[in-house]
Amino acid sequence: MTTQMFGAPIRRKEDPRLLTGGGRYLDDLGQHALAAAFVRSPHAHARITDIDVTDAVDVGGIVAIYTWEDLPGKVAEPLPLLIPHPTLTHGRTGYALARDEVNHVGEPVVMVVATDRYLAEDACQRIRVDYELLPVVVGIENARDGAHLVHEDAPGNVAAHMVQETGDVEAALATAPHTLTLDLAIERSACMPMEGKGVYARWNDEDGELRIYSSTQTSTGVRAAVAAKLELPLAKVECIAPDVGGGFGVKIMHPWPEEVLVPWAARLLKREVKWAEDRREHFISSAHERGQLQKVTVGFDDEGRVLGLDVKFWHDNGAYTPYGIIVPIITSTQLLGPYKPGAYRCEFWSLYTNTVLVTPYRGAGRPQGVFAMERTMDAIADYLDLDRAEVRSRNFILPEEMPYDHGLLFQDGRPLKYDSGDFPASLDKLKKLVGWDDFEAYRAEAEAEGRKVGLGIGCYVEGTGVGPYEGGHITIETSGRVNVATGLTTQGQGHQTAFAQIVAQELGVPIEDVHVTTGDTRKMPYAVGTFASRAAVMSGNAIALATRNVKAKALRIAADALEVSEDDLEIVDGVVQVKGAPTTSMPLGTVAVLSNPLRYAFDDAAKAATQFAGTFDPDKPPVADDEEPGLEGRDFYSPTQATFANGMHAAIVETDPVTAEIRILRYCVIHDCGTMINPMIVEGQVHGGVAQGVGGALYERMAYDESGQLLNASFMDFLMPYASEVPHIEADHLETPSPLNPLGIKGAGEAGCIPVSAVIASAIEDAEGFPITSMPISPVELWELRQRHETGELPSLRHHHGQHQTAAAPSRDQEPTA
Amino acid sequence: MTDMTTEQLLDVTVNVNGVPRTASVPARRLLSDFLRHDLQLTGTHVGCEHGVCGACTVLVDGKPMRSCLMFAVTAQDHRVTTVEGLCDAPDARPCATGERMNPVQQAFAECHGLQCGFCTPGFLTTVTAYLEENPAPTQDEAREAISGNLCRCTGYQNIVKSVLRAAEIRTERLGEDGGEAGYAAAPAARHTSSSANGGERA
Repeated sequence: MTTQMFGAPIRRKEDPRLLTGGGRYLDDLGQHALAAAFVRSPHAHARITDIDVTDAVDVGGIVAIYTWEDLPGKVAEPLPLLIPHPTLTHGRTGYALARDEVNHVGEPVVMVVATDRYLAEDACQRIRVDYELLPVVVGIENARDGAHLVHEDAPGNVAAHMVQETGDVEAALATAPHTLTLDLAIERSACMPMEGKGVYARWNDEDGELRIYSSTQTSTGVRAAVAAKLELPLAKVECIAPDVGGGFGVKIMHPWPEEVLVPWAARLLKREVKWAEDRREHFISSAHERGQLQKVTVGFDDEGRVLGLDVKFWHDNGAYTPYGIIVPIITSTQLLGPYKPGAYRCEFWSLYTNTVLVTPYRGAGRPQGVFAMERTMDAIADYLDLDRAEVRSRNFILPEEMPYDHGLLFQDGRPLKYDSGDFPASLDKLKKLVGWDDFEAYRAEAEAEGRKVGLGIGCYVEGTGVGPYEGGHITIETSGRVNVATGLTTQGQGHQTAFAQIVAQELGVPIEDVHVTTGDTRKMPYAVGTFASRAAVMSGNAIALATRNVKAKALRIAADALEVSEDDLEIVDGVVQVKGAPTTSMPLGTVAVLSNPLRYAFDDAAKAATQFAGTFDPDKPPVADDEEPGLEGRDFYSPTQATFANGMHAAIVETDPVTAEIRILRYCVIHDCGTMINPMIVEGQVHGGVAQGVGGALYERMAYDESGQLLNASFMDFLMPYASEVPHIEADHLETPSPLNPLGIKGAGEAGCIPVSAVIASAIEDAEGFPITSMPISPVELWELRQRHETGELPSLRHHHGQHQTAAAPSRDQEPTA
Repeated sequence: MTDMTTEQLLDVTVNVNGVPRTASVPARRLLSDFLRHDLQLTGTHVGCEHGVCGACTVLVDGKPMRSCLMFAVTAQDHRVTTVEGLCDAPDARPCATGERMNPVQQAFAECHGLQCGFCTPGFLTTVTAYLEENPAPTQDEAREAISGNLCRCTGYQNIVKSVLRAAEIRTERLGEDGGEAGYAAAPAARHTSSSANGGERA
C-alpha cells in the first residue's frame, strides 16, 4: 500500500536544498547583470523643479541614467490601479519614476544603471534633485481634517468612502437596552520579509523575448503587467518567481516601479539588469499596513447579545491606491468574526497621507477589524459584569446556522457567507487549553506575590481561498517522474511538499517521484497569485482535480494494454495493478510510454511506443479521437466564494507594577482551517503568524515625524521580535472541513497574526483594570496610561476582577522539552 | 567626493570552507558581497546590511561574525566558513536526497526549523558555533542562543526545537566519530576588526 500522505506531518522536500546553501533567491541570480540603483525622494511632499545628473556621469562603470522624461509610451504613464472599485472615486497611482511631484519619502525619482551596485549608488549620491516643498499630510487626524491635500484633486484626502449595511442600525441602537461607544486606534506595521523585493530581467534580443525573475507573490501578474507596459505580446514575456525569502503580502502588489523599469532598461540596453532592494528601500518605498482610527457604537441586551453595531473607521492608505481598497473592505466585513451582529452598518473613509502606500500585510485588514469587535465584546462583558467568554459565546453563529449569510459583500465582490465552523467547540477547547475557569485563582495567587497578571481572549473568522481560480498541470514521464505545475508562487509555505502530498495520495505514487513547480509562467501561464491564505485551497484543489484526470487517463490506457476493466485497476506505489491480483501490472512510466505513440526510439522506454513495436488495431488511429498524446492532466479550481476558517486565541500576560514592562506568560491558539494537508506546516504557519502578531501588538510601529520622515527605517529601530520576544505558542486544532471544495481545505497562512493585538489588549486591560484602546502598546505608553488612570483622567473598568481568593495556579510558561 | 573612476583593486585571499580563494576587489567590498558575488557562494544571505538581522552570519576562525559588517580585506588570511562549508564538516552526513548536512542542518530539516529559508544560513552558522561552546543547552539557553538572529516566518519555536535536536544529533555523531573534535572549534588565528564583531543590538 502507498503510505498515507495527505494529512501527514512529513518533512519538507525543499529543505535539504535550502539548508545547504542551494536556495536560488533573486539576488543569487544574474551574477553578471548590470545593477540598478535609485535616487529616491528625501521629501514627503514636493514638486520637482530640476534634476542635474552632470556629476554622476563621471563615475566609472555608469551605463545609463534615467528620469521620467526618458520614459517612453506606457512606461511614462501612471502605474495601473490593480483593483478598481466603484467607491474608490479618487484612486491615484504613482509613476515608475516621479514625474513632477513626489508624495512620500522614498518615491523613486532617478534610475541609475551601472556595472556594479556600489558604483550605481555612488552615482546616485552625485545626482542633485531640486524640490519645492509642499505641505505634508501625516497621520489619520491630519488627513481627515483636510487642511492640506496629498493630491490636489482628491478633496478631503478621501480616496474612497464606502458604506455597507444590513438591517436598520438606527432603530436597533435606539431600542437597545444598553449602548456603548468605543474610540479605537491601531498603528502601522509592515510585512518585512527577510528578503526584500527584487527583479532581474534578461532581454533576448535575437528572439525579441523577455524573461523576468521577480521576488513576487504573483508571476502571472507581473508578466501581464510588464507586457502591457512594454507593449510586448504576452507570448514574448515570461516571469519566474525563484525562491522567495518571505512575502507576507507586500510582494502581491505589482508591478512595482522597479518591475517595470528594470525590464524596460534591459530591453533598451540589450543587457541583463538586476535590482535587489536594500532594507532602507524596503522601509520607505514598498508598503505598510494596519493604520486605522475606529469608532464603534454597539447596542445590546441584558444578556450581552448584540442588537446593533455601527462602525465608522478611517483608514490610512498612504500616498497612492494601486491595490485599491481591499484592506478596508476586509476590515469592514471580517470585523464581524464568529458573531451575529444584529443590524450592522460599517462606514469607512480611505484617506491619503504623504507616507508609504498601504497594501495587504498578513491578515490584511482583519487584525484591525478583530481589534474593534473584540474590544467591543470585552466592553459589553465589563458593562454587564459577565464573563468575557460567555458574552462571546452568546453571540456566536451556531454550527446548525451554517451556511450563514451576513448579507454583505466580501472583498471578492461575492456574498459574505460562512460555509462551516464550530465556534462553541473552538471556545470550549480554548478555555480548557488556557485554563480559563481557573484563572481568577491564579490571579489571586499572583497578586499575593505582588504581581499583576491578566487574561485576554480574541476570536476571528478569516475568509480564505478567494478566487477567481488556480490551475494544476500534471505530466508523467516515461521514467515515472511526476511533474506538477501550478502558477501561484511560494514564499516559504512548503508548497513543494504539500502539493506533492496531494498528488502522491491521489495518484498512488511515492512522494519522492513528485516534483512541484510554482510561480513559473512557462510551466503554468494561468494563475492569480499567493495571497488571502489561498494557495492550499486553490492550487491544492486544482492539483487534486488535475491528478484525478491524469489518473483516469492512466487507468484507461493501462486497462486497454492489460485487457482488463478500468474499474478493476488501482495504482499503488507508482504501479498500475489489478485489485487483488497485483502481478497483472504495469508501472506508470510504461503507461506514459504507451500514451505517446512514437516514430523515433530515443531510448529503450521509447522503443516500446514506436510504430513497429507490438500489435495495434489498424482501423484505429494511434491517438484516439478524444485523446491527446502524453500522460497529462490539467484542471482548474474556481469556487463560487471564499471558504471561512476561524480561530480563537487566549493569552496570559504579566505587567510589571513598576516598569510597566509587558511579558506574555502563555499564548494559546485554537485553529480551524478545515482538513489539514500537513499539520507540521500548518502549525509552522500559526507560529509565524502569532510572532508577527506579537510584533504588531507590542513592538512594531512606523514612526513618522510631522514632515513625513520615517524615523525608524532600519532593523535597529523598527523592533521586529527576536526569539526573546516571542512566547512559546501552545496550539491545538479543530478540523471542520469546508463543504465547498473537494479536499475540505480552508486557508491557514494568515490566521496566526489576526487576533493577537486584540488578545494582548484584552489581557493587559484585564491586568490593569482600565481600558486599552490603542495598539501597539509599549511599556512607556502603559506607564503613561497608569498615570492618567491614577489622576482619574482614565476611568477604571466597571467590574475589574482581581483581589480574589487563592487556589491552584494553571500551568504557565512551560515549553515541552523536545 | 572620491572619484570612483580609478577605484583601486586589491587582491584579497580568504580561506573559505577550507580552500584559499582570491579575488580582486575594492577596499570597500563587504565580506558578504565578496562571498556572494565574487566567489558566488550565494548561500550566505543579506537581510539588512546593518548587522542587526544576522542572516549573513558566517564563521570567521570558528566564531560567528556578520559578514555585512566586515570588509573582505579584513578577512584576508582568515578562515571563513559559510553555510556551504557546514556540509563538509566531519559530522555531516548525506541525507536521502544526497545533500550532506551537519547536525544543525539535519535538525532544522527534522523540526521544520525553516520556512522561506532566507534567514536560515545565519541561524545554522550561529547554532553550529554555539553548540561547540555549549553542547547540551537547556531550552532557555537554546532560545537565548538564537536571539541575535531575526526570522520573520517561523516564530522561532521550531528553531528552538531544532537547536535542542541538533545537540542530540551532534552527540550521537560524536560517538560515531570516536569523539572527534567538531568543525568550528579551532581557535581564532588573528585579530578581527572590532566593527566585525557584530551581533550586539543596542
